[in-house]
Amino acid sequence: MTNATDNPSWVHRLVARDGAGAGFLALLALLAVVIPVGNLAFEPDSRFHVPTYVVTLSGKFLCYALLALALDLVWGYLGILSLGHGAFFALGGYAMGMYLMRQIGDRGVYGHPVLPDFMVFLDWKELPWYWYGFDSFGFAMIMVLLVPGVLAFVFGWLAFRSRVTGVYLSIMTQALTYALMLAFFRNDMGFGGNNGLTDFKDLLGMDLQASGTRVGLFMASIGALATGYLLCRAIVRSRLGRIVTAIRDSEGRVRSLGYRDERFKLFIFVTSAVLSGIAGALYVPQVGIINPGEFTPVNSIEVVIWVAVGGRGTLYGAAYGAVLVNYAKSYLTVAYPEAWLFVLGGLFIGVTLFLPRGIVGLIGDLRQRLSHLSYRKARGVAPTGIDTQPVPTRQQK
Amino acid sequence: MRLPAVTLSEDTILYLDSVSVSFDGFRAIDDLSFFVVKPELRCIIGPNGAGKTTLMDIITGRTAPDAGRVIFGQATDLTRLDEAAIANLGIGRKFQKPTVFEHHSVFENLELALSGQRGVIENLFFRLSSESHVRIEKVLMQIGLHQEVSRRAGELSHGQKQWLEIGMLLMQEPKLLLVDEPVAGMTHQETERTAELLTDLAQRHAVVVVEHDMEFVRSLKAKVTVLHQGRVLAEGAMDKVQNDPKVSEVYLGRA
Repeated sequence: MTNATDNPSWVHRLVARDGAGAGFLALLALLAVVIPVGNLAFEPDSRFHVPTYVVTLSGKFLCYALLALALDLVWGYLGILSLGHGAFFALGGYAMGMYLMRQIGDRGVYGHPVLPDFMVFLDWKELPWYWYGFDSFGFAMIMVLLVPGVLAFVFGWLAFRSRVTGVYLSIMTQALTYALMLAFFRNDMGFGGNNGLTDFKDLLGMDLQASGTRVGLFMASIGALATGYLLCRAIVRSRLGRIVTAIRDSEGRVRSLGYRDERFKLFIFVTSAVLSGIAGALYVPQVGIINPGEFTPVNSIEVVIWVAVGGRGTLYGAAYGAVLVNYAKSYLTVAYPEAWLFVLGGLFIGVTLFLPRGIVGLIGDLRQRLSHLSYRKARGVAPTGIDTQPVPTRQQK
Repeated sequence: MRLPAVTLSEDTILYLDSVSVSFDGFRAIDDLSFFVVKPELRCIIGPNGAGKTTLMDIITGRTAPDAGRVIFGQATDLTRLDEAAIANLGIGRKFQKPTVFEHHSVFENLELALSGQRGVIENLFFRLSSESHVRIEKVLMQIGLHQEVSRRAGELSHGQKQWLEIGMLLMQEPKLLLVDEPVAGMTHQETERTAELLTDLAQRHAVVVVEHDMEFVRSLKAKVTVLHQGRVLAEGAMDKVQNDPKVSEVYLGRA
C-alpha cells in the first residue's frame, strides 16, 4: 500500500473511485492558475493575456455551474424537479446587492449619506428596518446563507410534511419564484423595484471595476464551486446519500424502514438552496446588477436544462452543462438573437429524447463502446461494424 | 372513544381490538379482533377484498382505523403513531410487489435496512461497524444471495428480489414481520425455499403471512385466520379451517 492510501486526506477519500470528479477538480485548479496569471501577469498586448471581460465571464459561468450543482443534488439524487431554484440564487444575490448598495454611501447620484438612490427617488425619509445591518459585510454574508436557507426550510417543511411530490411540487416551486418576482417588481417592497440594485462601487473597499477585484471574485467563485462539489460529493457518497437516492426511487419503502423521509428531503433541499444563494451572491458583484428578472420562471427552467444537458445525478455533469449551455447562449444571443429560445426548447426536447443521461452519459457510453471494440480486437474477433447489443451501463468493475 | 384497559398475556405481540375502517362507505375492516403471539407463524387468507392488505396497512400506520385499537406488545397503541415510528418499534413489512431499491446493490439494500441510526446528520457521518458487517454477511447467507452482493438489486430475478426484501426485514431486527404474498410469481422451487425461510424465521419472530396460494399455506403448517368482508370467519389449523362449511362457501368452494 502506498502512503497516499494509508493516510488519505479527506479530499482524496472523497474523490476515490470518482475519476471524472477528480478530473473536474483538476480542471478547476488549472483555471485558477491560468486565468489570474494570464490576466495579471501578462500585458494586454501579449498573446498570453486574458482580458478582464473573459475573467468576469468565466466567473459568471462558474456561479451558474454552482447553481446547477445545487439543483443536481435535489433533482438528480433526491428526484425533486425544482423549477424555482433561481429564487434562491436571486435571494443570495439580493443579499449581496444590498451590501453593495450600502457600500456606495454618499457617492450615489443624489449624494444621500445613507439612503440608496432609488429610495431618495421614491422620496423615502429613512432606511426600512430590513436594510439595517447590510452595511456590515459579515451580516450580509450571513443573510446570503440564511435567507435562501430559511425560505427553503419553510417551503420544504410545509410541502414535504404534506407529502406533496412530483409534478405538483414542481409547480409549487415554480409558483414560489413567480410570486417572489411579482413582489420584487413592486417599488414599495424596498428592493429597487423594476430596476433592482445596481451602480455598485466597491466590495470590502476594493474597486469593483479593477482587474484585481475581478480576479479575486473569479477565484472566490472557483473556490465556492470546488468546495460545493466536495460537499455534495461527501453527501452523496455517505449513507445519507444512499438513503436520499432510495427516497428518490421508492419513498414509501424508505418510510417503512423507519426513516422520516421528510427530514432527509428537507436537509438536501435546504443545503441546495444555501449553495444556490452563495452562487447568486458571487454572481451579483461580477455582473454588476440584480433585478427581479432573476426570479423569472424561465431562468429556473434554464437551470434544469443545464443539468439535463450535462447529465443529472453526476454533480460534475451539471457544472459542465451549465458552462456549455451558457457558452452557447452568449454566442447565439449575439449571432442569432431570435433563435435562442427555440434552441433552448429544442435542446430540452432533444436531450430528454436522445440523451437521457446527458453529455456525461454519452461520453461514458462511447468510452465503453471503444473499450469493447479494442477488447474484441485483442481477442481477434473482427468488429461487426454496428454493435446491436445494448451497451450495459454502470457494470464496469 | 375510550376503550377499557386489557390485560394481555406476556407472549402476545399484537392485539387488534374491534378495529373498523371504511373507504367511501365500504367497510374494508369490520369490527375485527384477533391476536398474534410470539414466536408464531400465522397465515391470513381470504378472498379478494376480504381486507387482508388493509389490515397490514392499519398495523403499519399507512391507514388510520375509524374505530378500535391496535396494541403492540403489552401497551403500545399503534394507531397513535406514524409509519416511521411503528417501523422503529420493530414491525417490518414486506410488500405484495417486491420493493427493493433497484439502483442500489444487494449489499446497500441490506445496509439501508440495518436497524439503528435513522437521523439525518448521523447518517452523513455513518460508518459501517464490523459487527454490522458480520450481520449483513449472515443475512446474505440466510437468504442465499451471498453470490450477488455487489449486483444491482434491479438485476435480480423476481424470486431473488423477494428474498432480498425478506433479508431487509431481517436487518431491521423486527419483533413482528408482516409478509404480504411472498410467493406470488415464484417458481415451484423458489416457493419451497421461501417456505423454509419463513418457517425458520417463525422460530424466533412473530411472522404474519398474507397469502393466496393454498398449497403454500398448507406447506407452512401454521395457524390460519380466514378473513371475509373485513371479519374473522374462521381460525385454526389448515385442515380444520378447510372443512369448515362457512369457509368452503365463501372461499374454497368457489376456488
